[in-house]
Amino acid sequence: MTSQVDQSEAVGGSDGGGQGAAPPPSTGGSRPAKPIRRLDRVIIRFAGDSGDGMQLTGDRFTSETASFGNDLSTLPNFPAEIRAPAGTLPGVSSFQLHFADHDILTPGDAPNVLVAMNPAALKANLPDLPRGAEIIVNTDEFTKRALAKVGYPADPLADGSLSAYHLHKVPLTTLTLEALKESGLARKDAERAKNMFALGLLSWMYHRPTHGTERFLRQKFAKKPDIAEANIRAFRAGWNFGETTESFAVSYEIPPAKLPAGTYRNISGNLALSYGLIAAAKRSGLPLFLGSYPITPASDILHELSRHKNFGVRTFQAEDEIAGIGAALGAAFGGALGVTTTSGPGVALKSETVGLAVSLELPLLVVDIQRGGPSTGLPTKTEQADLLQAMFGRNGEAPVPIVAPATPADCFDAALEAARIAVAYRTPVMLLSDGYLANGSEPWRIPEVDELPDLRVEFASGPNHTLEDGSEVFWPYKRDPQTLARPWAVPGTPGLEHRIGGIEKQDGSGNISYDPANHDFMVRTRQAKIDGITVPELEVDDPSGAARVLVLGWGSTYGPITAAVRRVRADGGRVAQAHLRHLNPFPANLGAVLKAYDRVVVPEMNLGQLALLLRARYLVDAQSYNQVRGLPFKAAQLADVLFAAIGTLEENHG
Amino acid sequence: MAEARGAAADRPRGAAAGARFRSLELVPKAESPQSAKDFKTDQEVRWCPGCGDYAILAAVQSFMPELGIRRENTVFVSGIGCSSRFPYYMNTYGVHSIHGRAPAIATGLAASRPDLSVWVVTGDGDALSIGGNHLIHALRRNVNLKILLFNNRIYGLTKGQYSPTSEVGKITKSTPMGSLDAPFNPLSLAVGAEATFVARTIDSDRQHLQSVLRAAAEHEGTALVEIYQNCNIFNDGAFEVLKDPNTRDEALIRLEDGQPMVFAGQGVFRGPDGELHVAEVTDANRSEVLVHDVHHPSAARAFALTRIADADTLHHTPIGVLRDVRRPVYDTLMADQLDQAVAAKGEGDLAGLLAGQDTWTVG
Repeated sequence: MTSQVDQSEAVGGSDGGGQGAAPPPSTGGSRPAKPIRRLDRVIIRFAGDSGDGMQLTGDRFTSETASFGNDLSTLPNFPAEIRAPAGTLPGVSSFQLHFADHDILTPGDAPNVLVAMNPAALKANLPDLPRGAEIIVNTDEFTKRALAKVGYPADPLADGSLSAYHLHKVPLTTLTLEALKESGLARKDAERAKNMFALGLLSWMYHRPTHGTERFLRQKFAKKPDIAEANIRAFRAGWNFGETTESFAVSYEIPPAKLPAGTYRNISGNLALSYGLIAAAKRSGLPLFLGSYPITPASDILHELSRHKNFGVRTFQAEDEIAGIGAALGAAFGGALGVTTTSGPGVALKSETVGLAVSLELPLLVVDIQRGGPSTGLPTKTEQADLLQAMFGRNGEAPVPIVAPATPADCFDAALEAARIAVAYRTPVMLLSDGYLANGSEPWRIPEVDELPDLRVEFASGPNHTLEDGSEVFWPYKRDPQTLARPWAVPGTPGLEHRIGGIEKQDGSGNISYDPANHDFMVRTRQAKIDGITVPELEVDDPSGAARVLVLGWGSTYGPITAAVRRVRADGGRVAQAHLRHLNPFPANLGAVLKAYDRVVVPEMNLGQLALLLRARYLVDAQSYNQVRGLPFKAAQLADVLFAAIGTLEENHG
Repeated sequence: MAEARGAAADRPRGAAAGARFRSLELVPKAESPQSAKDFKTDQEVRWCPGCGDYAILAAVQSFMPELGIRRENTVFVSGIGCSSRFPYYMNTYGVHSIHGRAPAIATGLAASRPDLSVWVVTGDGDALSIGGNHLIHALRRNVNLKILLFNNRIYGLTKGQYSPTSEVGKITKSTPMGSLDAPFNPLSLAVGAEATFVARTIDSDRQHLQSVLRAAAEHEGTALVEIYQNCNIFNDGAFEVLKDPNTRDEALIRLEDGQPMVFAGQGVFRGPDGELHVAEVTDANRSEVLVHDVHHPSAARAFALTRIADADTLHHTPIGVLRDVRRPVYDTLMADQLDQAVAAKGEGDLAGLLAGQDTWTVG
């Protein structure tokens, strides 16, 4: 069986031509019966009804894969409805996992294997499958009624329409019920374990370690041991089914990836971001205060931080988005690391308070896990269309630094970086993650705590200004000459009593001032403070040194862009790549970088927001490539774009 | 420069043992006596001449020394409106924030700093219109905040539109044919929002105002103090009936805890339908006059008291503390959860957190 088609995202380097055609290693131990094929990478998609537990199944397979040591990248994709009508196309929930024996960058363009728990899952996902892919279907769900519900005129399992694929017809429900016959569970409860049967089968196919899943199930159902045992039994039955049935002739081995030395774990973007916030609090010596209102896809950060009160973390579920940021700002005035977490609609509501924070010049982190917009948009899908909102979405001249993580694990470092800027420059900072980073996961080399940046801060403790009459006073808006940051004087400090507010302030004293020249000065000074923030230079990757096309991205497009660049280079194309982590201020060398190339391509999951900024700021003819489908770019798609850009250039000038 | 305070250092518990006010037990005590002058700033007060806010400011400034706490541990937070300029005139820490949001900002501050005495200054538009949501949620949470709601029944800073407490039919710039909205009764709203402390006073009666501030400061949790305040520019005389020596005795019910609710020969009675009403006190009914009990557990009783005034004439307006009951304080509960988490799991270990349960090692 050679159906594991390699949809290689990168053909160069260690990704080169990996096809799974390597001779099977000698089989041994307890699994002598069936041949084992070696693959360098596989993309699996689990798909079913939103109530079928596909996210859990995917999560478990991911954990098994991570603990095995493969590199991996995941893409959960689920409807906004908690339980959409059963068996319908809108109710399909899926989880895609790409894992490999080398470093990979994306969840993969197209699955090699689709697990379809019902006809809706098959129908919704089939268009993404390349010919030759394997499909495992739960035949029990392919009833006339279920087929009719999604508009199948005939049973696709029987009419030959799937002949281009390698189809495994498995009565998952029946087999699960059979396995749990003795469990004493009601049929309905027993049936719910069918996702674990599927997981067991896939775990056998790909030689995943199983002890982690068994331990997980025992913990998850600690209070319902009979349910835990039933799930474990279904999981094992799935494994055994793979080993014994003739339908599965081959299993596959994907050796561990050779990642840089270190201790690793698997981590999602929202978890990494939560840990980054806790680490920032620890490294700054400030207590963490989160003011937040539940919103998809940011709520997981509120949940996670609420679990770590023993780190001195205070979480406040506010009555609305405005109160969430208001409370965080109030806590910041009191000397806390104030954070608010939200998504685009929440940022819209918070913007007046962000403006107040700009005026008060207090540290504050505003975390925006972007989702499809406008308005409610696509709550569970990804997008990068809040960049201009983050940049400009306030009244008046209200500059705010913007930091954007590139990968799920990078959310940890980005949170620390955003905290650095907020604390050092006494400013609100926008941290722009998105739904893809938030829910996607990848292996993360766990850092040593002392490797993390030192974010210690000094509060003001005494007078900082001498009046003409010689008296010593505290001026809340007397700035540090280097950073232009104002002193952070927290209540409880004697002699520094001061009043601040959203009304324009006299430079230095901070007293209310409507003086025209002073306002002009203060507006320019606040802008200069943000413009002067120290950010690392933009690094350009161009191994050939001769590329004339630059691809520039920001945020979560890093994976697909990098995978595309690898493909282009493997096919002999020359392309330079750079990725922006700081969107405001831009790295000082950005203008020079842009001008060094004949063509600049900017892929974004919006209609060209970064490109607009680049054109305005640097007068370069940045070419946008845009997609707003609620899904990340595919590497192949971007590779075509880059080839086209290189091609045009050669036609025109070559 | 001081070192940043650590997570554990922000609650100097016991530092102020023996503080006079229960709600200020965690706030450090002043080392020497203070005077009203200590609470005045060098900023020119910019309310309209004759504004009721002046009287309130003076009353608050001369009241603060009574608290006996360090000035630097006192914070005034306000929103937007005439009243919200208040913090600029108090020589404490202060934030003049944005319209309606002061309770939210103060909640974050109070919840993270139990060693502070946090006061919110707001108005009828700020607290009841644009900021209504934050007000009711602060009240139900019972955060340790003292909210002074200056009610002048008009928008002053925007020059005279009707407010959520303006009477129906109010002629203003935005309602030339009379306003259509039924007004809020702020104290009814507060009781309905599970407030644990509800009081009312009047700008011009310094002694009464200070007695109410005293009770509010004593209260653990959120205290809402409605202060009837005269806007002499856009709504002059709105509360004149409560101030005029010729009418006030008839119009005001001065509530005293444990005392029968009587005034000008009249008393408060419970009718057969359970409602409270006012009637002349006679020898026959004298024993039936209700005795005010600020600590009465029933919110229904307090609510009925808030409804006793005639909304049009303001006759029978109760002033003083209407309700003062004990309920756990949000900031204390939040701090307790942190302590419990440390007791159960130990101080957070960052390296352990980052490593998690499932790791693997390469190379």
